[in-house]
Amino acid sequence: MSNNAIRIENMSRDFDTTRALDGLSLEVDAGTVFGFLGPNGAGKTTTIRLLLGLLEPTSGRAEVLGYDTVTQAEEVRARTGALLENSGIYEQMSAEDNLEFYGRINEMSKSERNARIKELLTNIGLWDRRKEKAADWSRGMRQKLALARAMFHRPPLVLLDEPTAGLDVSSAVAVREDLTLLAAREGVTVFLTTHNMGEAEKICNQVGVIRAGKLVTIGHPDDLRAQAGKPQVEIVGRGFSEHALELLRARPEVASVESRNGRLTIDLHETTDPAPFVSLLVQEGAQVEEVHRGSASLEDVFLTLMEEEK
Amino acid sequence: MKNDILTVLWKERKALFKVQGGRSRILLVMLTPILLAVIMPLTFDGPEEWTDTVFSMLIAVIVPMMLVGVTIPGSFAGERERNTLETLLASRLPDRAILIGKWSVSVVFAWLVTLAALLLGLVTVNIKFWGGGLVFYSPTVAIGDLLISLLMATTVAGAGVLISLRANTVQQASQTLMMIFLLPLILFQVVAVFALRPMIEYLENMNGEQLLIIVLLVLVVIDVIVNALAANRFQRAKLILI
Repeated sequence: MSNNAIRIENMSRDFDTTRALDGLSLEVDAGTVFGFLGPNGAGKTTTIRLLLGLLEPTSGRAEVLGYDTVTQAEEVRARTGALLENSGIYEQMSAEDNLEFYGRINEMSKSERNARIKELLTNIGLWDRRKEKAADWSRGMRQKLALARAMFHRPPLVLLDEPTAGLDVSSAVAVREDLTLLAAREGVTVFLTTHNMGEAEKICNQVGVIRAGKLVTIGHPDDLRAQAGKPQVEIVGRGFSEHALELLRARPEVASVESRNGRLTIDLHETTDPAPFVSLLVQEGAQVEEVHRGSASLEDVFLTLMEEEK
Repeated sequence: MKNDILTVLWKERKALFKVQGGRSRILLVMLTPILLAVIMPLTFDGPEEWTDTVFSMLIAVIVPMMLVGVTIPGSFAGERERNTLETLLASRLPDRAILIGKWSVSVVFAWLVTLAALLLGLVTVNIKFWGGGLVFYSPTVAIGDLLISLLMATTVAGAGVLISLRANTVQQASQTLMMIFLLPLILFQVVAVFALRPMIEYLENMNGEQLLIIVLLVLVVIDVIVNALAANRFQRAKLILI
């Protein structure tokens, strides 16, 4: 039996003359936190709408939890939780009523709804404010409530469309922490779209990169970094002369050297021992304080992929 | 399906008075039937002018139109304006349950307020013209009031759904809806100016029952067409792309 929570086969979607999704094929294993990365307009939101059966593909097909997204869309929606571009919170209703509504939608019993409201609002630290209108809350709090709503009926899969977009740093961190906590506690598969690479790096154990409706790459963040990112050495210190930098640039294993505010970043063609660089710099009169081996961040990988696609 | 409709009813009932400005707007609109139902009968010379003529039917026409004209746009266009529509559509609720639930709350609310206004009118004439016994609406007027108010509520609701699905804001939907339903009244007045006598002669040749049946039949036909169109148009795939 397939262990895929999501299976997309050569799916395309056109809007008038624009192709929003172009032959996308993708599999997401159950229990994964999958990050779907891409710039604005890449096709991330369209993919989520197609997975929820809110749109029909122009060609190709998709299965969510084993159900066809076109012919069994109601089954799909009954088994998934969604936090879309907008939080979808009824701001004039209380937090409790917002969750109550979605509990009723999902045919949960009254006792089950009450227990779940208490459990989730306690988990995200909002139980004491359950009677307040959501309109009186901060955007971050409403987003946390929307996250709780998406997980309310214990769906095996949640689809999140840029869950931290537009939030200030501390709210985004809080939502991310809640997401990680709830995902681990509930054991759900999470499919989230984002253009925040740091977010994907922190919470996803698999990422796919999409550009102009096409999947560019897919894999574990570490693997992607290893594949696409170049090894680096970072040296912190003082007195990095221009001559020393020229000598470094002349070495065959060095791709580029950049010096900024006492921080030297050396991009390498391949992983190598940094000791000769340190020796060279010291010989040239520099004072070396710290040496770090590094690899490219997911952001670097993303930018490289976007450049390659151009 | 029944439980799904009840769920939407539960939410719509909660939301009806809680939407920003909704409570004051609806209370303001509810003032109209109250004033009409009290002031109009006071201007008559006898109770039968209210209970046996078409005057009470003005309430049966205007009140549901005004109330549904406020609640339906708030319920449908408002869902889009407040960015809650897509999340609602992403739930397991069937399209039909969302439509019927929202539609029903507006129709039932408007119909009940209209019936209350008609009852208030009856109380007013009974107090003003008290002669030792209660007066009631004649059977034709009573049936006409009941059915016309219900048909007006459902017709305006259907039209309101259609308009709200294309409107970006509640205000835009409300204004368009009011314009559409006030237009026939204005046209009727224009026609009456030029053809008042033939119209009166034609109407005088008909009895009240015949006239009522014609009006009800016309309303039923419009009602069925408008609501069938609304039901057909209210589909997830179409709604998401508007």
